[in-house]
Amino acid sequence: MSRYEEMFLRLKQRNEGAFGAFLMLGDPDVATSAMLLDALVEGGADMVEVGIPFSDPVADGPVIQAAAERALAAGVRVDDCFGLIAQFRAKHPAVPVGILTYANLLAARGRERFMSDAAAAGADSILVADVPSLEAQPYAAAARAAELDYVMIAAPNTPEPVIRRIAELSSGYTYCVARAGVTGTRDRLALDHDRLFALLREAEAPPPVLGFGISLAEQVAEALESGAAGVIAGSALVRLGADADALRELVSAMKGATALPGSVRESHGHLA
Amino acid sequence: MKHDGRFGRYGGCYVPEILVPALEQLEAAFLEAEQDPRFAAELQELLTTYAGRPTPLTRCRNLAASTPARIYLKREDLLHGGAHKTNQVLAQGLLAKRMGKRRLIAETGAGQHGVATALAGALFGLETEIYMGADDVERQQLNVFRMELMGARVIPVTGGGRTLKDAVNEALRDWTASFPDTHYLLGTAAGPHPFPTMVRQFQRVIGREAREQVLEVEGRLPEAVVACVGGGSNAIGMFSDFVPDEGVALIGVEAAGKGLDGHEHGATILRGSHGILHGTETLVLQDSDGQVADSWSISAGLDYPAVGPEHAHLKETGRATYVGVEDGDALAAFQALAQTEGIIPAFESAHALAHALELAERADEEMVIVVNLSGRGDKDMAQAVKLLKGAEA
Repeated sequence: MSRYEEMFLRLKQRNEGAFGAFLMLGDPDVATSAMLLDALVEGGADMVEVGIPFSDPVADGPVIQAAAERALAAGVRVDDCFGLIAQFRAKHPAVPVGILTYANLLAARGRERFMSDAAAAGADSILVADVPSLEAQPYAAAARAAELDYVMIAAPNTPEPVIRRIAELSSGYTYCVARAGVTGTRDRLALDHDRLFALLREAEAPPPVLGFGISLAEQVAEALESGAAGVIAGSALVRLGADADALRELVSAMKGATALPGSVRESHGHLA
Repeated sequence: MKHDGRFGRYGGCYVPEILVPALEQLEAAFLEAEQDPRFAAELQELLTTYAGRPTPLTRCRNLAASTPARIYLKREDLLHGGAHKTNQVLAQGLLAKRMGKRRLIAETGAGQHGVATALAGALFGLETEIYMGADDVERQQLNVFRMELMGARVIPVTGGGRTLKDAVNEALRDWTASFPDTHYLLGTAAGPHPFPTMVRQFQRVIGREAREQVLEVEGRLPEAVVACVGGGSNAIGMFSDFVPDEGVALIGVEAAGKGLDGHEHGATILRGSHGILHGTETLVLQDSDGQVADSWSISAGLDYPAVGPEHAHLKETGRATYVGVEDGDALAAFQALAQTEGIIPAFESAHALAHALELAERADEEMVIVVNLSGRGDKDMAQAVKLLKGAEA
């Protein structure tokens, strides 16, 4: 069983949704980044998503762009990122780690080699933000060969044939976007996910995890109520910079809101 | 998508999943327009009565007169707007109207494509917003004013290296959220499918006319067709109708900047490596990790670290060859054309001309060369004063 499958099973038994926390690897430097990743786990993150910084991140809003710029300005290389993942894996053997990055980094290293280096470092999945389902087949095949889960993005405007293709090619989880646009925090979510989650379920796609614009504990609860198996917060965490205490606190508050009706956590978690 | 947008192993459509519906809609609208005689007629009328097509093919009377070569200039500099860009902004503007969009967005480097898009926005009554690197906004006040005069809003981009590639990133980000009512009027034959194909089709009028015109005056096809390559739209427009003519050498000229051995150039085909940037698989200037490098050229239009995928393919198949011309040689050709023919070319076009002059000087028998004079040099005056007067001082 994969780490994602084990995690979803564990959470199901506890009647909780998954809380995924995103940080940019190497932001603001390699040593601080390692410390911040630990803080995510200490705060209670169920799964950790890490960005490998790219110079031209078209799917990201200003907060995550700035994080990638800081990492690159600090001289962070792809090898350093794999090093950080390996270090994390040694300390936290059960926490799933997913890579979020861009196709050009795979093209430069060689797609197959990138995937096998990621797997060797201890990553569980990879999502390539600028590879849509149209171009996904060779990426999914390379991930499978390296025993990585290949994660794909679905949105409220994703047509049904694409959902079926996602179901066919991807594994681990389905990264659902909360709205059109790039990553970044918003005060309100445009929640129109009932149809999307229903289509994903029908197609037997991997469990939907909602990202893009999750910044408040209330939104976590809302997302889970609408049928997501989990949520991912990115910009809201990255915005805290190198403040590990604040990071731990926000992760803990958001994780607290993942309790579903009838769970142990519900008594002290968010009540809708 | 109806087509995969591939040119051999290059091209494709590498964008976030949420943007795919926008590109599918664009492909459908483009394919439908291509089959629609009304679209063709409307575009033709605009090209003729608004933009001034056909543009002439001018034989250089003095330049290279001492060589056995005859150099012809395809005068895109005479097109309304001052460069070939008008061809495709009119076509994309019409397409945007057909799709019912109310807003145009575009990226611009030094401002040429921004000015062209602003022109289309004014003509078609579309709200227009132009992304431009913050440093370029500072350096190119005159073009910013031109855009504003035609009703466009210029948005300075402060992220990344604050250059053209960052302006493309920002325009793509905008489009990801705005595509239901907004058309992204991409400026060159690069980017995700269907842009490389669509922009080529809208620019191939250059080569179609040039081919007919040279056949008429010379009674035969030329030995060589030369065009500068940044993103590659003027070159692909010039080359396309000559591709089946195997005896015609197709030569793309890249900006060798301060020299191909250093890092200050824009020679993506000569010095780049396989990569994926701005939605397309192509050749990219980058480091060994795949971080995209900054390009360099005295001409803003050639200052781009990737290139249209069809050029990468033409290079791979050998049908076209690509060479580099350094800043200094381009500047010399810029002056030579002004002094001998009374034509001031854009710095971009001067690169192509510099290579044509080199071919002419090397020729030991009769040779016909067609150069795409893609734009006029008015926009480069401030920089030319600095470079030429500065050098004299």
